[in-house]
Amino acid sequence: MSILKPTLAKCTVFLSGLLFGLGLIVSGMINPAKVIGFLDVTDNWDPSLLLVMVGALAVTTPAFQFILKREHPLFDIKFYLPSRTDIDGKLVGGAALFGIGWGMAGFCPGPALTAITTLNSSVLIFVAAMIVGMVLHRVVVE
Amino acid sequence: MENFTPVSALIGGVLIGAAATFMLWANGRIAGISGILGGILFPAKSETVWRILFIAGLLSASLAYMFFSGASLDISVQTTPVLTAVAGLLVGFGTRMGSGCTSGHGICGIARISKRSFIATVVFIGAGVVSVFLLRHILGLGL
Repeated sequence: MSILKPTLAKCTVFLSGLLFGLGLIVSGMINPAKVIGFLDVTDNWDPSLLLVMVGALAVTTPAFQFILKREHPLFDIKFYLPSRTDIDGKLVGGAALFGIGWGMAGFCPGPALTAITTLNSSVLIFVAAMIVGMVLHRVVVE
Repeated sequence: MENFTPVSALIGGVLIGAAATFMLWANGRIAGISGILGGILFPAKSETVWRILFIAGLLSASLAYMFFSGASLDISVQTTPVLTAVAGLLVGFGTRMGSGCTSGHGICGIARISKRSFIATVVFIGAGVVSVFLLRHILGLGL
């Protein structure tokens, strides 16, 4: 049990990532053009991204309420949840910067990382720059 | 709305929701991709292995898809390499500053009925709409 449990836990993390990635591919969100099609509301609007969120939230919203009533997750002693509840300038400003960048190329972190394996040059440029942006935030702000 | 793909969007969304649910149920963690990547770049003790495994799962999904379908993924970026790099910088910086992205705020946070995540999601979708409108229809950049 002492060895089996952490191994099983690691398997479930990997499977979660695999399922998440498949969801991004099946939904079409892996393709930036599809994301731009949603964000471009004035030109032949494609509401697909909205339905991806509806489908995901239809699962997570009821399931999370149920899961978070438990004392701890299956393979750990506690839940690791964000504790902040205040709305501050960093939250709103950060979300705005993210949104501007999201609209520029159509990539957000999940699809971009999942698409690395295509070795598409735009994906590689985006992910490298995204990592630089994260490091920059660390250096400048934190 | 000729590009609208409601069935695959809903099925894909349910898969993403199931993945986030499985993660919370089994491991008690939020499946927020920017947080997971940021946690690898600036590691806290014993919190690195699961993050690498989750991202390995993401990469395996695209590898498996390409292997079994025999085709590469359709990735169409309609902007220049320079703007793509600027976009990456903004997304990296912004998601750290705003404590999350589409997955952490949009799917997990809203499901926790978090006011912060709800506001962040409204702001980044709104900013994305404005960004696309300005770039495409005012400045005439991209297709």
